[in-house]
Amino acid sequence: MKVMMLMIQKNPTDAPKPPTKEAILAMHQFNEELEKAGVLLDLGGLTPTSRGVRMHYSGSKRTVVDGPFAEAKEAVAGFLLLEVKSLAEAVEWARRSPFGTTMAEGEEATVEIRPLFDASDFDPGKGV
Amino acid sequence: MQDPHAAVEAVFRIEFPRLVAGLARLTREVGRAEELAQDALVVALERWPTDGVPDNPGAWLMTTAKRRALDGLRRARIADAKHLQLARETDAGVPDVARALVDALDDDVGDDLLRLVFAACHPVLPTEARVALTLRLVGGLTTAEIARAFLVPEPTIAQRIVRAKRALTDAQVPFEVPRAAERAERLESVLEVIYLIFNEGHVATAGARWTRPELCTDALRIARVVAGLAPAEPEVHGLVALLELSASRLPARVAADGTPVLLADQDRSRWDRVLVRRGLAALARADELVAASGTAAGPYQLQAAIAAHHARALTAEATAWPRIAALYTLLAQRAPSPIVELNRAVALAMAFGPAAGLELVDALVAEAALAGYHLLPAVRGDLLAKLGRGAEAREEFLRAAALTRNEREREVLLARARQCPQTASSLPSGS
Repeated sequence: MKVMMLMIQKNPTDAPKPPTKEAILAMHQFNEELEKAGVLLDLGGLTPTSRGVRMHYSGSKRTVVDGPFAEAKEAVAGFLLLEVKSLAEAVEWARRSPFGTTMAEGEEATVEIRPLFDASDFDPGKGV
Repeated sequence: MQDPHAAVEAVFRIEFPRLVAGLARLTREVGRAEELAQDALVVALERWPTDGVPDNPGAWLMTTAKRRALDGLRRARIADAKHLQLARETDAGVPDVARALVDALDDDVGDDLLRLVFAACHPVLPTEARVALTLRLVGGLTTAEIARAFLVPEPTIAQRIVRAKRALTDAQVPFEVPRAAERAERLESVLEVIYLIFNEGHVATAGARWTRPELCTDALRIARVVAGLAPAEPEVHGLVALLELSASRLPARVAADGTPVLLADQDRSRWDRVLVRRGLAALARADELVAASGTAAGPYQLQAAIAAHHARALTAEATAWPRIAALYTLLAQRAPSPIVELNRAVALAMAFGPAAGLELVDALVAEAALAGYHLLPAVRGDLLAKLGRGAEAREEFLRAAALTRNEREREVLLARARQCPQTASSLPSGS
Protein backbone atom coordinates (compact mmCIF):
# COMPACT_ATOMS: atom_id res chain seq x y z
CA MET A 1 0.00 0.00 0.00
CA LYS A 2 1.05 3.55 -0.63
CA VAL A 3 0.98 5.91 2.33
CA MET A 4 1.57 9.62 2.57
CA MET A 5 3.46 10.64 5.68
CA LEU A 6 2.77 14.27 6.43
CA MET A 7 5.09 16.10 8.78
CA ILE A 8 2.94 18.65 10.54
CA GLN A 9 4.47 21.45 12.52
CA LYS A 10 2.56 22.95 15.48
CA ASN A 11 2.32 26.74 15.88
CA PRO A 12 4.39 27.56 12.81
CA THR A 13 6.34 30.80 12.87
CA ASP A 14 6.98 33.17 9.95
CA ALA A 15 10.71 32.88 10.25
CA PRO A 16 11.58 29.47 11.67
CA LYS A 17 15.11 28.93 12.85
CA PRO A 18 17.13 27.01 10.29
CA PRO A 19 17.60 23.38 11.33
CA THR A 20 20.89 22.42 12.96
CA LYS A 21 23.52 20.45 11.12
CA GLU A 22 22.74 17.44 13.30
CA ALA A 23 19.04 17.67 12.45
CA ILE A 24 19.75 17.80 8.73
CA LEU A 25 22.12 14.87 8.98
CA ALA A 26 19.63 12.82 10.99
CA MET A 27 16.87 13.47 8.45
CA HIS A 28 19.22 12.65 5.62
CA GLN A 29 20.18 9.36 7.25
CA PHE A 30 16.56 8.48 7.82
CA ASN A 31 15.65 9.18 4.20
CA GLU A 32 18.59 7.11 3.08
CA GLU A 33 17.44 4.22 5.24
CA LEU A 34 14.00 4.38 3.62
CA GLU A 35 15.61 4.49 0.19
CA LYS A 36 17.84 1.49 0.92
CA ALA A 37 14.87 -0.50 2.16
CA GLY A 38 13.12 0.13 -1.16
CA VAL A 39 10.09 1.79 0.44
CA LEU A 40 10.67 5.46 -0.43
CA LEU A 41 8.83 6.63 -3.54
CA ASP A 42 9.02 10.36 -3.16
CA LEU A 43 9.69 13.08 -0.63
CA GLY A 44 9.71 16.81 -0.29
CA GLY A 45 10.12 19.61 2.21
CA LEU A 46 7.84 22.62 2.18
CA THR A 47 8.97 26.22 2.65
CA PRO A 48 7.37 28.30 5.45
CA THR A 49 3.78 29.45 4.90
CA SER A 50 5.09 33.03 4.50
CA ARG A 51 6.22 31.97 1.03
CA GLY A 52 2.90 30.35 0.13
CA VAL A 53 -0.62 31.41 -0.77
CA ARG A 54 -4.03 30.02 0.00
CA MET A 55 -6.97 29.94 -2.34
CA HIS A 56 -10.40 30.02 -0.72
CA TYR A 57 -13.35 28.66 -2.66
CA SER A 58 -16.92 29.54 -1.87
CA GLY A 59 -19.43 28.80 -4.57
CA SER A 60 -18.10 30.57 -7.62
CA LYS A 61 -16.05 33.02 -5.57
CA ARG A 62 -12.27 32.60 -5.38
CA THR A 63 -10.11 34.52 -2.95
CA VAL A 64 -6.33 34.49 -2.84
CA VAL A 65 -4.74 34.97 0.58
CA ASP A 66 -1.00 35.51 0.84
CA GLY A 67 0.95 33.71 3.57
CA PRO A 68 1.77 33.61 6.38
CA PHE A 69 -1.58 32.43 7.65
CA ALA A 70 -1.99 34.15 10.98
CA GLU A 71 -4.78 31.91 12.21
CA ALA A 72 -3.03 28.61 11.36
CA LYS A 73 -2.20 26.39 14.33
CA GLU A 74 -0.54 23.77 12.15
CA ALA A 75 1.33 23.71 8.88
CA VAL A 76 2.51 20.84 6.72
CA ALA A 77 6.30 21.03 6.67
CA GLY A 78 7.10 18.07 4.49
CA PHE A 79 5.96 14.74 3.13
CA LEU A 80 7.19 11.25 2.43
CA LEU A 81 5.44 8.96 -0.02
CA LEU A 82 6.10 5.35 0.97
CA GLU A 83 5.17 1.94 -0.43
CA VAL A 84 4.75 -0.39 2.55
CA LYS A 85 3.18 -3.75 3.29
CA SER A 86 0.84 -2.49 6.00
CA LEU A 87 -0.13 0.55 8.01
CA ALA A 88 1.77 -1.02 10.91
CA GLU A 89 4.93 -0.97 8.81
CA ALA A 90 4.43 2.73 8.11
CA VAL A 91 4.02 3.34 11.86
CA GLU A 92 7.24 1.40 12.45
CA TRP A 93 9.11 3.58 9.96
CA ALA A 94 7.67 6.73 11.52
CA ARG A 95 8.89 5.50 14.93
CA ARG A 96 12.42 5.42 13.50
CA SER A 97 12.22 8.94 12.15
CA PRO A 98 14.25 11.61 13.93
CA PHE A 99 11.41 14.18 13.90
CA GLY A 100 11.08 14.72 17.65
CA THR A 101 14.77 14.54 18.42
CA THR A 102 15.76 17.18 15.88
CA MET A 103 13.45 19.90 17.19
CA ALA A 104 14.23 22.71 19.56
CA GLU A 105 12.99 22.58 23.15
CA GLY A 106 9.28 23.30 23.35
CA GLU A 107 8.55 22.70 19.67
CA GLU A 108 6.00 20.08 18.78
CA ALA A 109 5.17 18.18 15.65
CA THR A 110 2.82 15.49 14.42
CA VAL A 111 3.28 12.92 11.73
CA GLU A 112 0.08 11.97 10.00
CA ILE A 113 0.04 8.71 8.05
CA ARG A 114 -2.63 8.47 5.39
CA PRO A 115 -3.02 5.52 3.02
CA LEU A 116 -3.71 6.42 -0.60
CA PHE A 117 -6.64 4.91 -2.44
CA ASP A 118 -5.59 2.06 -4.66
CA ALA A 119 -7.29 0.02 -7.37
CA SER A 120 -8.56 -2.55 -4.85
CA ASP A 121 -10.61 0.14 -3.11
CA PHE A 122 -12.76 0.25 -6.23
CA ASP A 123 -12.53 -3.43 -7.09
CA PRO A 124 -15.78 -5.32 -6.47
CA GLY A 125 -13.85 -8.58 -6.79
CA LYS A 126 -11.81 -7.72 -3.69
CA GLY A 127 -11.27 -10.62 -1.34
CA VAL A 128 -11.23 -13.26 -4.06
CA MET B 1 -4.43 1.58 19.32
CA GLN B 2 -2.06 -0.50 17.25
CA ASP B 3 -2.34 -4.26 17.27
CA PRO B 4 0.89 -5.44 18.98
CA HIS B 5 1.07 -8.46 16.71
CA ALA B 6 0.94 -6.25 13.63
CA ALA B 7 3.71 -4.11 15.12
CA VAL B 8 5.96 -7.15 15.67
CA GLU B 9 5.27 -8.30 12.12
CA ALA B 10 6.08 -4.84 10.76
CA VAL B 11 9.36 -4.68 12.69
CA PHE B 12 10.22 -8.07 11.33
CA ARG B 13 9.56 -7.12 7.76
CA ILE B 14 11.93 -4.21 8.16
CA GLU B 15 14.60 -6.01 10.19
CA PHE B 16 14.55 -9.60 8.96
CA PRO B 17 16.84 -9.26 5.92
CA ARG B 18 19.46 -7.27 7.84
CA LEU B 19 19.16 -9.62 10.79
CA VAL B 20 19.70 -12.75 8.69
CA ALA B 21 22.51 -11.07 6.74
CA GLY B 22 24.34 -10.02 9.91
CA LEU B 23 23.89 -13.44 11.48
CA ALA B 24 25.00 -15.26 8.34
CA ARG B 25 28.33 -13.46 8.55
CA LEU B 26 28.63 -14.89 12.05
CA THR B 27 27.52 -18.43 11.27
CA ARG B 28 28.80 -18.46 7.65
CA GLU B 29 25.61 -20.39 6.99
CA VAL B 30 22.40 -18.84 5.68
CA GLY B 31 20.22 -21.68 6.95
CA ARG B 32 21.45 -21.40 10.51
CA ALA B 33 21.21 -17.60 10.38
CA GLU B 34 17.58 -17.79 9.31
CA GLU B 35 16.80 -20.17 12.19
CA LEU B 36 18.45 -17.85 14.70
CA ALA B 37 16.48 -14.90 13.32
CA GLN B 38 13.33 -16.99 13.54
CA ASP B 39 14.11 -17.86 17.19
CA ALA B 40 14.53 -14.16 17.95
CA LEU B 41 11.12 -13.54 16.42
CA VAL B 42 9.57 -16.13 18.73
CA VAL B 43 11.09 -14.37 21.74
CA ALA B 44 9.89 -11.01 20.44
CA LEU B 45 6.37 -12.36 19.93
CA GLU B 46 6.35 -13.52 23.57
CA ARG B 47 7.71 -10.34 25.08
CA TRP B 48 6.80 -7.31 22.95
CA PRO B 49 3.01 -7.54 23.22
CA THR B 50 3.35 -7.09 27.02
CA ASP B 51 6.67 -5.20 27.37
CA GLY B 52 6.15 -3.01 24.29
CA VAL B 53 8.37 -2.77 21.22
CA PRO B 54 11.90 -1.75 22.31
CA ASP B 55 13.30 1.64 21.23
CA ASN B 56 15.79 0.03 18.91
CA PRO B 57 14.07 -3.18 17.85
CA GLY B 58 16.75 -4.07 15.31
CA ALA B 59 19.51 -4.02 17.90
CA TRP B 60 17.32 -5.92 20.37
CA LEU B 61 16.67 -8.69 17.85
CA MET B 62 20.33 -8.86 16.86
CA THR B 63 21.44 -9.11 20.50
CA THR B 64 18.89 -11.82 21.23
CA ALA B 65 19.84 -13.83 18.16
CA LYS B 66 23.57 -13.33 18.76
CA ARG B 67 23.26 -14.56 22.32
CA ARG B 68 21.64 -17.72 21.01
CA ALA B 69 24.33 -18.10 18.38
CA LEU B 70 27.06 -17.76 21.00
CA ASP B 71 25.30 -20.26 23.30
CA GLY B 72 25.23 -22.64 20.38
CA LEU B 73 28.90 -22.06 19.60
CA ARG B 74 29.85 -22.48 23.25
CA ARG B 75 27.96 -25.74 23.48
CA ALA B 76 29.51 -26.96 20.26
CA ARG B 77 32.91 -25.95 21.49
CA ILE B 78 32.45 -27.69 24.82
CA ALA B 79 31.26 -30.83 23.10
CA ASP B 80 34.20 -30.58 20.75
CA ALA B 81 36.59 -29.94 23.57
CA LYS B 82 35.32 -32.82 25.67
CA HIS B 83 35.70 -35.04 22.72
CA LEU B 84 39.29 -33.92 22.33
CA GLN B 85 39.82 -33.80 26.07
CA LEU B 86 40.86 -30.19 25.87
CA ALA B 87 38.14 -28.83 28.11
CA ARG B 88 40.49 -26.48 29.96
CA GLU B 89 40.99 -24.36 26.85
CA THR B 90 37.37 -23.60 26.28
CA ASP B 91 36.88 -20.98 28.97
CA ALA B 92 39.75 -18.92 27.62
CA GLY B 93 38.74 -19.41 24.02
CA VAL B 94 35.13 -18.36 24.06
CA PRO B 95 35.42 -14.68 24.95
CA ASP B 96 37.83 -14.11 22.06
CA VAL B 97 35.40 -15.68 19.67
CA ALA B 98 32.61 -13.59 21.12
CA ARG B 99 34.59 -10.35 20.82
CA ALA B 100 35.58 -11.08 17.25
CA LEU B 101 31.98 -11.80 16.37
CA VAL B 102 30.69 -8.63 17.98
CA ASP B 103 33.36 -6.58 16.16
CA ALA B 104 32.45 -8.17 12.89
CA LEU B 105 28.79 -7.36 13.37
CA ASP B 106 29.45 -3.69 13.91
CA ASP B 107 30.58 -3.26 10.31
CA ASP B 108 28.32 -1.98 7.58
CA VAL B 109 25.53 -4.42 6.95
CA GLY B 110 25.23 -3.55 3.24
CA ASP B 111 27.88 -6.03 2.12
CA ASP B 112 26.23 -8.77 4.16
CA LEU B 113 22.88 -8.04 2.55
CA LEU B 114 24.41 -8.31 -0.90
CA ARG B 115 26.00 -11.63 0.10
CA LEU B 116 22.59 -12.77 1.28
CA VAL B 117 20.99 -11.80 -2.04
CA PHE B 118 23.61 -13.79 -3.94
CA ALA B 119 23.17 -16.81 -1.65
CA ALA B 120 19.38 -16.83 -1.98
CA CYS B 121 19.69 -16.73 -5.79
CA HIS B 122 22.49 -19.27 -5.98
CA PRO B 123 22.41 -21.43 -9.15
CA VAL B 124 22.77 -24.59 -7.06
CA LEU B 125 19.09 -24.09 -6.15
CA PRO B 126 16.15 -24.84 -8.43
CA THR B 127 14.35 -21.70 -9.64
CA GLU B 128 11.32 -22.24 -7.39
CA ALA B 129 13.60 -22.44 -4.37
CA ARG B 130 15.47 -19.26 -5.35
CA VAL B 131 12.18 -17.43 -5.66
CA ALA B 132 10.88 -18.63 -2.28
CA LEU B 133 14.17 -18.00 -0.48
CA THR B 134 14.57 -14.52 -1.97
CA LEU B 135 11.06 -13.50 -0.92
CA ARG B 136 11.66 -14.93 2.54
CA LEU B 137 15.19 -13.68 3.25
CA VAL B 138 15.48 -10.52 1.17
CA GLY B 139 11.82 -9.52 0.97
CA GLY B 140 11.08 -10.43 4.60
CA LEU B 141 7.82 -12.19 3.67
CA THR B 142 6.50 -14.97 5.90
CA THR B 143 6.05 -18.46 4.47
CA ALA B 144 2.27 -17.93 4.78
CA GLU B 145 2.49 -14.78 2.66
CA ILE B 146 4.61 -16.51 0.01
CA ALA B 147 2.20 -19.46 -0.07
CA ARG B 148 -0.75 -17.10 -0.54
CA ALA B 149 1.04 -15.27 -3.31
CA PHE B 150 1.74 -18.46 -5.24
CA LEU B 151 -1.59 -20.15 -4.42
CA VAL B 152 0.06 -23.19 -2.85
CA PRO B 153 -0.35 -24.66 0.64
CA GLU B 154 1.91 -23.16 3.31
CA PRO B 155 3.70 -26.47 4.11
CA THR B 156 4.79 -26.64 0.46
CA ILE B 157 6.61 -23.32 0.75
CA ALA B 158 7.95 -24.12 4.23
CA GLN B 159 9.42 -27.35 2.91
CA ARG B 160 10.80 -25.65 -0.20
CA ILE B 161 12.65 -23.19 2.03
CA VAL B 162 13.96 -25.91 4.37
CA ARG B 163 15.26 -27.86 1.38
CA ALA B 164 16.81 -24.76 -0.15
CA LYS B 165 18.66 -23.92 3.07
CA ARG B 166 19.89 -27.49 3.35
CA ALA B 167 21.01 -27.45 -0.30
CA LEU B 168 23.07 -24.30 0.35
CA THR B 169 24.70 -25.95 3.37
CA ASP B 170 25.33 -29.24 1.56
CA ALA B 171 26.88 -27.45 -1.40
CA GLN B 172 29.01 -25.44 1.06
CA VAL B 173 28.02 -22.25 -0.72
CA PRO B 174 30.29 -19.55 0.68
CA PHE B 175 28.69 -16.44 2.14
CA GLU B 176 30.32 -13.98 -0.22
CA VAL B 177 29.86 -11.64 -3.14
CA PRO B 178 31.13 -13.56 -6.19
CA ARG B 179 34.29 -12.27 -7.84
CA ALA B 180 34.77 -10.79 -11.29
CA ALA B 181 34.54 -13.83 -13.52
CA GLU B 182 31.57 -15.36 -11.75
CA ARG B 183 29.89 -12.12 -10.79
CA ALA B 184 28.10 -11.28 -14.05
CA GLU B 185 26.52 -14.71 -14.29
CA ARG B 186 25.48 -14.73 -10.65
CA LEU B 187 24.02 -11.23 -10.91
CA GLU B 188 22.01 -12.43 -13.87
CA SER B 189 20.47 -15.10 -11.66
CA VAL B 190 19.60 -12.49 -9.01
CA LEU B 191 17.90 -10.25 -11.57
CA GLU B 192 16.11 -13.19 -13.15
CA VAL B 193 14.64 -14.25 -9.80
CA ILE B 194 13.34 -10.73 -9.13
CA TYR B 195 11.96 -10.54 -12.66
CA LEU B 196 10.17 -13.89 -12.24
CA ILE B 197 8.56 -12.75 -8.99
CA PHE B 198 7.36 -9.57 -10.65
CA ASN B 199 6.07 -11.41 -13.68
CA GLU B 200 4.06 -13.85 -11.60
CA GLY B 201 2.26 -10.83 -10.17
CA HIS B 202 1.99 -9.06 -13.51
CA VAL B 203 0.33 -11.94 -15.36
CA ALA B 204 -0.58 -14.65 -12.89
CA THR B 205 0.10 -17.99 -14.57
CA ALA B 206 -2.91 -19.55 -12.86
CA GLY B 207 -5.93 -18.73 -10.77
CA ALA B 208 -8.99 -16.53 -10.80
CA ARG B 209 -7.20 -13.17 -10.86
CA TRP B 210 -5.41 -11.66 -13.83
CA THR B 211 -2.79 -9.88 -11.75
CA ARG B 212 -1.44 -10.10 -8.21
CA PRO B 213 -0.12 -6.61 -7.62
CA GLU B 214 1.23 -7.48 -4.15
CA LEU B 215 3.85 -9.72 -5.77
CA CYS B 216 4.81 -6.94 -8.17
CA THR B 217 5.26 -4.61 -5.23
CA ASP B 218 7.37 -7.17 -3.37
CA ALA B 219 9.58 -7.71 -6.42
CA LEU B 220 9.95 -3.99 -6.97
CA ARG B 221 10.97 -3.44 -3.36
CA ILE B 222 13.63 -6.16 -3.60
CA ALA B 223 14.85 -4.71 -6.92
CA ARG B 224 15.24 -1.26 -5.34
CA VAL B 225 17.15 -2.79 -2.42
CA VAL B 226 19.53 -4.59 -4.80
CA ALA B 227 20.02 -1.39 -6.83
CA GLY B 228 21.10 0.30 -3.60
CA LEU B 229 23.53 -2.54 -2.87
CA ALA B 230 25.04 -2.75 -6.37
CA PRO B 231 24.65 0.80 -7.71
CA ALA B 232 27.38 0.47 -10.34
CA GLU B 233 25.59 -2.30 -12.27
CA PRO B 234 23.61 -0.85 -15.21
CA GLU B 235 21.40 -3.91 -15.57
CA VAL B 236 20.20 -3.60 -11.98
CA HIS B 237 18.94 -0.10 -12.80
CA GLY B 238 17.62 -1.45 -16.09
CA LEU B 239 15.57 -4.02 -14.20
CA VAL B 240 14.36 -1.43 -11.66
CA ALA B 241 13.33 0.82 -14.56
CA LEU B 242 11.49 -2.00 -16.32
CA LEU B 243 9.63 -2.98 -13.15
CA GLU B 244 8.76 0.60 -12.10
CA LEU B 245 7.39 1.32 -15.59
CA SER B 246 5.47 -1.96 -15.80
CA ALA B 247 4.07 -1.46 -12.30
CA SER B 248 2.95 2.05 -13.22
CA ARG B 249 0.39 0.47 -15.56
CA LEU B 250 -1.02 -2.00 -13.03
CA PRO B 251 -3.92 0.24 -11.91
CA ALA B 252 -5.13 0.37 -15.53
CA ARG B 253 -4.57 -3.29 -16.40
CA VAL B 254 -7.69 -4.64 -14.71
CA ALA B 255 -11.25 -3.42 -15.27
CA ALA B 256 -13.62 -2.98 -12.33
CA ASP B 257 -15.11 -6.42 -13.02
CA GLY B 258 -11.69 -8.08 -12.96
CA THR B 259 -11.24 -8.52 -16.71
CA PRO B 260 -7.82 -7.74 -18.19
CA VAL B 261 -7.42 -4.49 -20.11
CA LEU B 262 -4.77 -4.62 -22.81
CA LEU B 263 -2.24 -1.82 -23.29
CA ALA B 264 -4.01 -0.21 -26.25
CA ASP B 265 -7.29 0.02 -24.33
CA GLN B 266 -5.94 1.24 -21.00
CA ASP B 267 -7.06 4.48 -19.44
CA ARG B 268 -3.65 6.14 -19.34
CA SER B 269 -4.78 8.67 -16.77
CA ARG B 270 -4.75 5.76 -14.31
CA TRP B 271 -1.06 5.06 -14.82
CA ASP B 272 0.92 5.83 -11.72
CA ARG B 273 2.92 8.97 -12.59
CA VAL B 274 5.25 8.62 -9.58
CA LEU B 275 6.32 5.16 -10.76
CA VAL B 276 6.67 6.39 -14.36
CA ARG B 277 8.99 9.15 -13.18
CA ARG B 278 11.00 6.73 -11.03
CA GLY B 279 11.23 4.30 -13.94
CA LEU B 280 12.48 6.94 -16.34
CA ALA B 281 15.03 8.11 -13.76
CA ALA B 282 16.31 4.54 -13.25
CA LEU B 283 16.55 4.08 -17.03
CA ALA B 284 18.53 7.31 -17.31
CA ARG B 285 20.92 5.97 -14.65
CA ALA B 286 21.37 2.71 -16.57
CA ASP B 287 21.98 4.69 -19.79
CA GLU B 288 24.61 6.86 -18.06
CA LEU B 289 26.46 3.86 -16.64
CA VAL B 290 26.46 2.11 -20.01
CA ALA B 291 27.63 5.25 -21.79
CA ALA B 292 30.39 5.80 -19.23
CA SER B 293 31.69 2.23 -19.51
CA GLY B 294 31.30 1.99 -23.27
CA THR B 295 29.39 -1.30 -23.01
CA ALA B 296 26.19 -2.28 -24.84
CA ALA B 297 22.77 -1.92 -23.26
CA GLY B 298 21.64 -5.12 -21.51
CA PRO B 299 18.34 -6.94 -22.04
CA TYR B 300 16.56 -5.35 -19.04
CA GLN B 301 17.68 -1.90 -20.06
CA LEU B 302 16.39 -2.47 -23.60
CA GLN B 303 13.06 -3.73 -22.29
CA ALA B 304 12.89 -0.70 -20.01
CA ALA B 305 13.56 1.55 -23.01
CA ILE B 306 10.60 -0.09 -24.76
CA ALA B 307 8.41 0.37 -21.67
CA ALA B 308 9.54 4.02 -21.54
CA HIS B 309 8.22 4.59 -25.06
CA HIS B 310 4.82 3.35 -23.91
CA ALA B 311 5.01 5.46 -20.76
CA ARG B 312 5.74 8.62 -22.76
CA ALA B 313 2.90 8.09 -25.24
CA LEU B 314 -0.10 10.10 -24.09
CA THR B 315 -2.41 7.99 -26.25
CA ALA B 316 -2.06 4.49 -27.70
CA GLU B 317 -2.05 6.06 -31.19
CA ALA B 318 0.92 8.25 -30.26
CA THR B 319 3.12 5.23 -29.50
CA ALA B 320 6.46 5.29 -31.31
CA TRP B 321 6.06 1.78 -32.76
CA PRO B 322 8.91 2.00 -35.31
CA ARG B 323 11.27 2.92 -32.43
CA ILE B 324 9.91 0.07 -30.35
CA ALA B 325 10.30 -2.37 -33.24
CA ALA B 326 13.93 -1.23 -33.59
CA LEU B 327 14.53 -1.79 -29.86
CA TYR B 328 13.06 -5.30 -30.14
CA THR B 329 15.48 -5.98 -32.98
CA LEU B 330 18.35 -4.93 -30.70
CA LEU B 331 16.93 -7.06 -27.92
CA ALA B 332 16.63 -10.05 -30.26
CA GLN B 333 20.33 -9.69 -31.06
CA ARG B 334 21.37 -9.20 -27.44
CA ALA B 335 19.14 -11.88 -25.89
CA PRO B 336 17.59 -13.98 -28.63
CA SER B 337 14.46 -15.88 -27.64
CA PRO B 338 11.21 -16.91 -29.36
CA ILE B 339 9.27 -14.72 -26.92
CA VAL B 340 11.27 -11.66 -27.90
CA GLU B 341 10.59 -12.54 -31.54
CA LEU B 342 6.88 -12.74 -30.81
CA ASN B 343 6.96 -9.30 -29.22
CA ARG B 344 8.97 -8.00 -32.15
CA ALA B 345 6.26 -9.33 -34.45
CA VAL B 346 3.64 -7.38 -32.53
CA ALA B 347 5.74 -4.19 -32.75
CA LEU B 348 6.35 -4.72 -36.48
CA ALA B 349 2.62 -5.20 -37.04
CA MET B 350 1.87 -1.99 -35.17
CA ALA B 351 4.57 -0.07 -37.01
CA PHE B 352 4.22 -1.45 -40.54
CA GLY B 353 0.86 -3.27 -40.67
CA PRO B 354 -0.43 -6.72 -39.64
CA ALA B 355 1.04 -8.52 -42.66
CA ALA B 356 4.59 -7.58 -41.59
CA GLY B 357 3.95 -9.03 -38.14
CA LEU B 358 2.19 -12.15 -39.39
CA GLU B 359 5.15 -13.11 -41.53
CA LEU B 360 7.35 -13.32 -38.43
CA VAL B 361 4.66 -15.03 -36.33
CA ASP B 362 4.15 -17.70 -38.98
CA ALA B 363 7.86 -18.43 -38.81
CA LEU B 364 7.49 -18.95 -35.06
CA VAL B 365 4.65 -21.49 -35.30
CA ALA B 366 7.14 -24.31 -35.79
CA GLU B 367 9.16 -23.13 -32.76
CA ALA B 368 9.12 -25.95 -30.21
CA ALA B 369 9.75 -23.58 -27.29
CA LEU B 370 6.45 -21.83 -27.99
CA ALA B 371 4.41 -25.00 -28.52
CA GLY B 372 2.30 -24.57 -25.37
CA TYR B 373 2.53 -20.78 -25.15
CA HIS B 374 -0.96 -19.27 -25.38
CA LEU B 375 0.20 -15.84 -26.53
CA LEU B 376 1.47 -17.22 -29.84
CA PRO B 377 -2.00 -18.20 -31.11
CA ALA B 378 -3.43 -15.11 -29.37
CA VAL B 379 -1.13 -12.79 -31.34
CA ARG B 380 -1.62 -14.76 -34.54
CA GLY B 381 -5.38 -14.59 -34.06
CA ASP B 382 -5.21 -10.84 -33.56
CA LEU B 383 -3.18 -10.30 -36.73
CA LEU B 384 -5.41 -12.62 -38.77
CA ALA B 385 -8.49 -10.79 -37.52
CA LYS B 386 -6.94 -7.47 -38.58
CA LEU B 387 -6.29 -8.96 -42.02
CA GLY B 388 -9.94 -10.00 -42.24
CA ARG B 389 -9.22 -13.74 -42.02
CA GLY B 390 -11.96 -14.26 -39.42
CA ALA B 391 -12.34 -18.03 -39.50
CA GLU B 392 -8.61 -18.62 -39.05
CA ALA B 393 -8.49 -15.95 -36.34
CA ARG B 394 -11.29 -17.68 -34.47
CA GLU B 395 -9.39 -20.99 -34.50
CA GLU B 396 -6.34 -19.28 -33.07
CA PHE B 397 -8.25 -17.53 -30.27
CA LEU B 398 -9.87 -20.84 -29.30
CA ARG B 399 -6.46 -22.51 -29.27
CA ALA B 400 -5.06 -19.73 -27.07
CA ALA B 401 -8.04 -19.98 -24.69
CA ALA B 402 -7.44 -23.71 -24.32
CA LEU B 403 -3.77 -23.13 -23.48
CA THR B 404 -3.97 -20.38 -20.84
CA ARG B 405 -4.32 -21.33 -17.19
CA ASN B 406 -5.51 -17.88 -16.17
CA GLU B 407 -9.30 -17.84 -16.07
CA ARG B 408 -9.66 -14.10 -16.72
CA GLU B 409 -7.42 -14.30 -19.75
CA ARG B 410 -9.40 -17.29 -21.06
CA GLU B 411 -12.63 -15.28 -20.91
CA VAL B 412 -11.08 -12.46 -22.96
CA LEU B 413 -9.77 -14.90 -25.58
CA LEU B 414 -13.12 -16.70 -25.86
CA ALA B 415 -14.86 -13.35 -26.26
CA ARG B 416 -12.50 -12.46 -29.10
CA ALA B 417 -13.17 -15.82 -30.75
CA ARG B 418 -16.91 -15.08 -30.59
CA GLN B 419 -16.36 -11.69 -32.24
CA CYS B 420 -14.71 -13.26 -35.27
CA PRO B 421 -16.85 -13.70 -38.37
CA GLN B 422 -17.53 -17.43 -38.83
CA THR B 423 -16.92 -17.59 -42.56
CA ALA B 424 -13.56 -17.36 -44.26
CA SER B 425 -15.07 -15.33 -47.09
CA SER B 426 -15.76 -12.25 -44.94
CA LEU B 427 -14.29 -9.08 -46.38
CA PRO B 428 -11.22 -7.50 -44.84
CA SER B 429 -12.15 -4.62 -42.57
CA GLY B 430 -11.10 -1.14 -43.63
CA SER B 431 -9.01 -0.46 -40.53
